[in-house]
Amino acid sequence: MKGPVSVKIEDVHVAFGHTRVLTGVNLDIEPGEFFAFLGPSGSGKSTLLRAIAGFGPMPGGRILIDGQNVTGLPPWKRNVGMVFQSYALWPHMTVRKNVAFGLEERRVDGKELRRRVDAALDLVGLAEFADRRPAQLSGGQQQRVALARTVVVEPRVLLLDEPLSNLDANLRVQMRRDILDLQRKLSLTTIFVTHDQEEANTMSDRMAVLNDGVIQQVGAPVTLYDRPSNLFVADFLGTANVLKGHFTSDDGGSRFMDETGIEITLDKKVEHEHGAVVLRPQNLTIQSPGAAHATRIIPLSGTVQYVEFLGSIVRYAVQVEPHVILIDESHRQGDRVFQKGESVEVGVDTNYLTTLAQ
Amino acid sequence: MNYFARTSLGPAGVAILLGLFLLVFLVVPVAKVIFVAFQDPNTGALTLVNFADFFNTSLFRESFFNSLYVALMSVVVGSVIAMPLAYFTTRFNFNGAVLIQTLGVIPLIMPPFVGAVAMQLLFGANGSINLLLDEWFGINIPFMEGLNGVILVESIHYFPFILINLSAALNNIDRSMEESAQNLGANGFRLFRRIVFPLAMPGYVAGASLVFLKVFDDLGTPLLLNVNNMLAPQAYLRISSIGISDPMGYVISVILVLFSLFALWTSFLAMRGKEYATVQKGGGGLMKRDLRTWEKVGAYAVVIFTLLIVLSPHIGLTLLSFGTIWSFSVLPDGFTLANYQEVIGTTSDYITNTMLYAGLAALIDVVFGTAIAYLVWRTKLVGRKWLDYLATGALAIPGVVLGIGYLRTFYEVEVPFIGQPLASWWVIIVVALAVRRLPYALRACVAALQQVAVALEEAAENLGATKYRTVKRVVVPLMSGGIIAGFVTSFATAAVELSATIMLVSAESDAPLSYGIYVFMQSAAGRGPGAALGMIAVIIVGVATYLSHRVIERGKREQALDAALAGGV
Repeated sequence: MKGPVSVKIEDVHVAFGHTRVLTGVNLDIEPGEFFAFLGPSGSGKSTLLRAIAGFGPMPGGRILIDGQNVTGLPPWKRNVGMVFQSYALWPHMTVRKNVAFGLEERRVDGKELRRRVDAALDLVGLAEFADRRPAQLSGGQQQRVALARTVVVEPRVLLLDEPLSNLDANLRVQMRRDILDLQRKLSLTTIFVTHDQEEANTMSDRMAVLNDGVIQQVGAPVTLYDRPSNLFVADFLGTANVLKGHFTSDDGGSRFMDETGIEITLDKKVEHEHGAVVLRPQNLTIQSPGAAHATRIIPLSGTVQYVEFLGSIVRYAVQVEPHVILIDESHRQGDRVFQKGESVEVGVDTNYLTTLAQ
Repeated sequence: MNYFARTSLGPAGVAILLGLFLLVFLVVPVAKVIFVAFQDPNTGALTLVNFADFFNTSLFRESFFNSLYVALMSVVVGSVIAMPLAYFTTRFNFNGAVLIQTLGVIPLIMPPFVGAVAMQLLFGANGSINLLLDEWFGINIPFMEGLNGVILVESIHYFPFILINLSAALNNIDRSMEESAQNLGANGFRLFRRIVFPLAMPGYVAGASLVFLKVFDDLGTPLLLNVNNMLAPQAYLRISSIGISDPMGYVISVILVLFSLFALWTSFLAMRGKEYATVQKGGGGLMKRDLRTWEKVGAYAVVIFTLLIVLSPHIGLTLLSFGTIWSFSVLPDGFTLANYQEVIGTTSDYITNTMLYAGLAALIDVVFGTAIAYLVWRTKLVGRKWLDYLATGALAIPGVVLGIGYLRTFYEVEVPFIGQPLASWWVIIVVALAVRRLPYALRACVAALQQVAVALEEAAENLGATKYRTVKRVVVPLMSGGIIAGFVTSFATAAVELSATIMLVSAESDAPLSYGIYVFMQSAAGRGPGAALGMIAVIIVGVATYLSHRVIERGKREQALDAALAGGV
């Protein structure tokens, strides 16, 4: 069997009638990569996945798999395996029949067919369920059958459409690992669609964040989280406190001035004039008013509006007029927890913030 | 215990009354028919000799195979008509979809026997079509020759059952079912054969077995086409010409019931555990595509051709009702209103009787249907399921059989103060119609009841309403849309029922429309007035069907609105 292949998407546009759902999408997915399309519903992530499989309206631009242009190819000639969100197991066939389907379409029969179906069922740990009907299986088992049915034909690329959305929370964590193991074992280039950032973070090597049919940013989960390139990405990946304002620069660095008068001095130079500062809750600190602090920390006075004790962390919402700033303070045994209504100082560490152009 | 006694006494009493009604007017007459079939006519001992006689008589053997052949062929021809239509509406973005939906209703508003004579005049050996074919090409096609005629009339009438069921089944196949097959390399005919067809199969079988049952049991169509060598006409002719003591009518009845049960059982098996409603959350809805221009032309050609065939009984009946003399010519010699004048002047009894009988029967059906639906789905009464089984079981009893059963069972029962046997009193016609239409009304009521959340009832009870008050003030008002639809359906189909009615009409003055049509159509001179009477029946049923459609649509819109309001949309 040939090694993993690349997927290249060049200037892809998709429209349903007059509604544009994807605009100018460009992506290079490396061979063997586990790649995620992350975005809210209606962002076009599923449409993009389906376009790779050959479903939906004919896209503009080019889609290349292993260097071959597949744009005009019908789905059955692409050899791209897709696992549907609903699993789409055929209820009138047994598990074995479902898994054998693709091989039969490829004119594999006899011993070879049996061997490969058994191997695929073994791979997902469902060998003893071969003669059941899909309706007699649990959601997680159905998911495995769908996976087996897809990988048994040795597709060039594996596409997963919201693979975990129909499973309950416990199973999701387990399945996340299983899918990842399977992908490593088969070393298949894999693309999966999700609206859940935790899923994308834990599973993918790299991901593309989509919104309104446009790719917002592409990169490794950590990069996207720490260095979001716009407000959408900053906000979609985790919680973010956003202060909007303008920057003034001189030789030594820049100064940020919020619309309401909050000032933050930055030691690096910011090119743009209007923009925003993004503060992740865990990068902020909270302390009593007037307590000593390092010089690079800028204190903002406020009042605690609510406190959520979550065990390992305490989440505070602090009113710093007119903003409400969220702060996650990690909690160690015996640490003092501030109470609602207390006056506090929020510490902004200038080393741990992101500046964005607007 | 106290609570239990107080709340269950009412429902239990109602259940017992309903059970008694079904026992007396369904179970006992049918049991009687079966019993007589196995009884020696002279000694009264149990025997199989009647069945031996039946199969030793060549006319009966022939009738049996003819009935089987006609029913199977009607399924085949009906499928040929229905399959392309179902596929067009469910798999393509086709503007003619409304046309196809209309096609699915039009035949049902005219009972097959009404159009039968008109079809004879259009498609018969000397009918319009063959006269034209003869003139143009010198050929003559025996569309209406003997059994062909019955098959043609029945399949045109009953194909909507297949169309409706098959469309529903195809509509339930989520596009991901087909897409995943394409993704794995299947397309075109292989995709259809391996995925679409098996998934749609249960719906198709359910529709097809219903057509088989209806055709196998039908009495009116063969009678009017003068095809007597089939089972139902034989049963009728034996009883009406030889008398109710002749065992052959009973043997035929048993065979009719057996085959009806078999057809119902097949449809039950087909549907059980196989309701492949695969349209689901996360699915993509239906797989539809646009038609290319030449495909569109082809699709429209098929639909319009089918529409013409389906409308031919209606066209023929209209021509016949307004025509003067129509014989050996493409169209009637002239047009007149005389037929309508004659019918309305002399036979208005038929119309008033029909309104009375069908109205009463439909009323009984919705009252009983609502009660049974409630008892079965919302109470915990012991044996409540049996009420459902019994009422639904009426589906398997052909009209002829019920008629024979009533004649045999109630001939000796005299009605107090009236001084005549129950079997010949007009009320027995109403009871027969009510029993025969109860399964349909019951399904409508059950569907309506399932729309009413149990919590709505509990809320009323929590606020102090008794069971009876709750049903009256909350449940029934919420079910009203479905109940009205059930009433209209029962009314419309009861208004044109012939097979039980024809056995039970004892005096001309008690006869309803369908019987009148049958009597008129017997003679060549009566065809014009018969057709006029048929048109009146079609209009009554058509208007009723339209009204029920409106009620159902309004109910749906209101529900959608309620849901929208509740969701804050």
